[in-house]
Amino acid sequence: MTRIDAKFAKLRAEGKKAFVSYVMAGDPDVPTSLDLVKGLPAAGVDIIELGLPFTDPMADGPTIQEAGQRALAGHMTLDKTLQMVRDFRADDDETPIVMMGYYNPIYSRGVDRFLSQAKEAGIDGLIIVDLPPEEDDELCIPAQKAGLNFIRLATPTTDDKRLPKVLENTSGFVYYVSITGITGAAEAQAEDVAPEVARIKSQTDLPVIVGFGIKTPAASESIAAIADGCVVGSAIVSEMAKGKAVSEVLDFVKTLADGAHRA
Amino acid sequence: MNELVNSFMTGPDEKGRFGDFGGRFVSETLMPLILELEAQYEHAKTDQSFWDEMHFLWKHYVGRPSPLYFAERLTERLGGAKVYMKRDELNHTGAHKINNVLGQIILARRMGKTRIIAETGAGQHGVATATVCAKFGLKCVVYMGAHDVERQQPNVFRMKLLGAEVVPVTSGRGTLKDAMNDALRDWVTNVRDTFYCIGTVAGPHPYPAMVRDFQSIIGKETREQMHEAEGRLPDTIIAAIGGGSNAMGLFYPFLDDPSVNIIGVEAGGKGVNEKMEHCASLTGGRPGVLHGNRTYLLQDEDGQILEGFSISAGLDYPGIGPEHSWLHDIGRAKYVSITDVEALEAFQLCCESEGIIPALEPSHALAHVMKIAPDLPADHIICMNMCGRGDKDIFTVAKALGRDIA
Repeated sequence: MTRIDAKFAKLRAEGKKAFVSYVMAGDPDVPTSLDLVKGLPAAGVDIIELGLPFTDPMADGPTIQEAGQRALAGHMTLDKTLQMVRDFRADDDETPIVMMGYYNPIYSRGVDRFLSQAKEAGIDGLIIVDLPPEEDDELCIPAQKAGLNFIRLATPTTDDKRLPKVLENTSGFVYYVSITGITGAAEAQAEDVAPEVARIKSQTDLPVIVGFGIKTPAASESIAAIADGCVVGSAIVSEMAKGKAVSEVLDFVKTLADGAHRA
Repeated sequence: MNELVNSFMTGPDEKGRFGDFGGRFVSETLMPLILELEAQYEHAKTDQSFWDEMHFLWKHYVGRPSPLYFAERLTERLGGAKVYMKRDELNHTGAHKINNVLGQIILARRMGKTRIIAETGAGQHGVATATVCAKFGLKCVVYMGAHDVERQQPNVFRMKLLGAEVVPVTSGRGTLKDAMNDALRDWVTNVRDTFYCIGTVAGPHPYPAMVRDFQSIIGKETREQMHEAEGRLPDTIIAAIGGGSNAMGLFYPFLDDPSVNIIGVEAGGKGVNEKMEHCASLTGGRPGVLHGNRTYLLQDEDGQILEGFSISAGLDYPGIGPEHSWLHDIGRAKYVSITDVEALEAFQLCCESEGIIPALEPSHALAHVMKIAPDLPADHIICMNMCGRGDKDIFTVAKALGRDIA
C-alpha cells in the first residue's frame, strides 16, 4: 500500500473528496518552491503533484510551460527535484507526492536508477504525460514493480473500447482530463464531466480525480462533487508567476481545497 | 529461409519501432487519433485509387518525375567520381516537401478532416502545405517559430498569399521544435476536425513510416533513371539531413542493395564540439524521447533538449527521424557532418559550375560530395539529392558572405 492508497482510504473513511494541487519544482527557485510545497498540506492539499521541469512540455499551456522555463533558468535539475522531495519528507511522511512530467529526463537518467532514487526520496507515484499504455514496458511496469503507483490520464478521446487498456496497468488513481486541450485552457464544466467520470467508474474501483481547466473554488467544489476529487495546477502556478508571497499563494490554495472539501 | 528476414525495408514493427527507435510517445488525448491515422493509412496504402490520385498529382501538379542530372562541369572540377544530382528542387514550391504533403492531404480528405495544421522551420514545408490546402480549399494553419518568421519573411508572405494563417510561436525559444510543440497543442485541442501534416520523418508512429513512403518516390525514380543513364545502380548516394525526409526518401529504395553506400549529411554549424553550436543529432547527440518518438537528440546531461545551430533553417532541429537513428546504429548508413563554412563553399561552387542555385540544405550534401569525389575513381557514381532550390536563401548567403543586397 502506497501513501496514495492510504490517503484515499482515509478520505473515504471521512467521507471527503480529495484535493490535489500541482506545483512546478524549482519555480521560481528551490527555496521558494520548497516553502510552498511544505505549506500545501496545512492549506488542505491531500496529494501533491510535483512538476518536473522539461524544455518541451507538449501537453501544457503557457502557464506551466513558463513555470518550467523559470525553473530551468534557475538551473533546476532532476537531482534537485528529488532533493526537494527528501527535504519535504523530513517533516511529512504522510502526504503523497506524485511526480508529473515528461519521459526524457527520466529516460536520460536511466529507468532503474531513476526508480530507486525516486522511491528512496519518498515519491509515491508518477504521471508521465507522454507514456500511453502502448509504451507500458518503458516505465509503467518497472515503476509498479518498484512499488510506485503509475497514474494514467484518461481523456475525452478515450472511448469505451480503449478505456480498459488505459485502466489496465493504472494504479493509485485515474486522472481524468476534463477537456481536449492543454493545461489551463478551457474551463471544465461539471455537467460535461459527470457522465465521463461515471463511465470510468463503471470500469474501475480506483478513485477518479478530475483535472485540467479548474481555476476557482466554485469549480473545485462542483467538479469534486461529481468525482473523487479534483486537481488544480495552472491557477496556482499563475499566482506564483505574479510574484506573490508563498503565504498569499497558500491562502488561495486553501480556498480551492475548502471548495473541494465542501463537495 | 524467408528472404525478408534479412531486409532493411521491413520496418517499423507493430509498435512503430525501428529497432529501439520510433514508437508512440504521445499523450492519451492524441493516442486514439494516431491509431486512427495508422488504420486509415494502412488502408490507403493498399488502395490503388489512392496511389492513382498521388501519381496523377505528382505528375501534373508537382512536375514529377524530377530529372536525374549529370553534373558534368562539377565532376570535371572535382576530378574523380561521376556526380549526379536528383533534381527535386525543380518541384512545384521548390523542394521535396510537397511529395509528402500531397500524400497527407489526400489522406486527410479521405478521413473527412477540414482543417490542416503544420509546423515549419525555414518555411518550405509550410509553403508546400499552404499550397496543397489552397488547391483543395482546406483551412490551413502553420506554426512557425517567431525567430524563423523574422528571418524567412518571403516564405511567410508566400504562405499568407496562399491563404494560410501563419502563427508565430513565442513559447520556448521560438524555433522549429517549439513550433512542433505548438502544433501538437493545437491538435490536442482540436481533435475532431484537424489533421496534423508533419513535414519530416519524425513524430509518433505512423508518421516516420508514412512520410518516408511518400518521399520514397525520390529513390524509386532515381533507381530507374540511373538504370537508363548508366545501366546500373549508383555506388554512393548522399543527402542532407535535418529531420531527414529527403534523405529517407532517397535512401529507402536502396537499403537492400549492399553495393550502394549510403551517406547522410548533418548540419555541423560552427563545428561539432561541446558547445553544441550544430544540429548533428547523430554525431553529437544521444538517444532520447521527444515529439512522440525515441531517436538521437541534442540534449544536456539532465535530458533537457538543446537548440541546434545551423546557417540553414531547414536543418535546425535537435532531433532526427528514428529510422535514421536505427540505420546509424546498425551501420547500414553512414552519417557525417558539414560545417556552415563548407556548405557555403559548396553553394557557390554549384552556382558557378552548374548554373544551379541550391538551397543551403542540399549544399551540405554537396559539400560532402566535394570532399569524397576527388579521391574516388572515374567510374564511381555518386548521386546526391538536390532537395531544394536556393532562392529562399540568397539573403542569408549574402549576409554570410558580407555582401549587402537589401
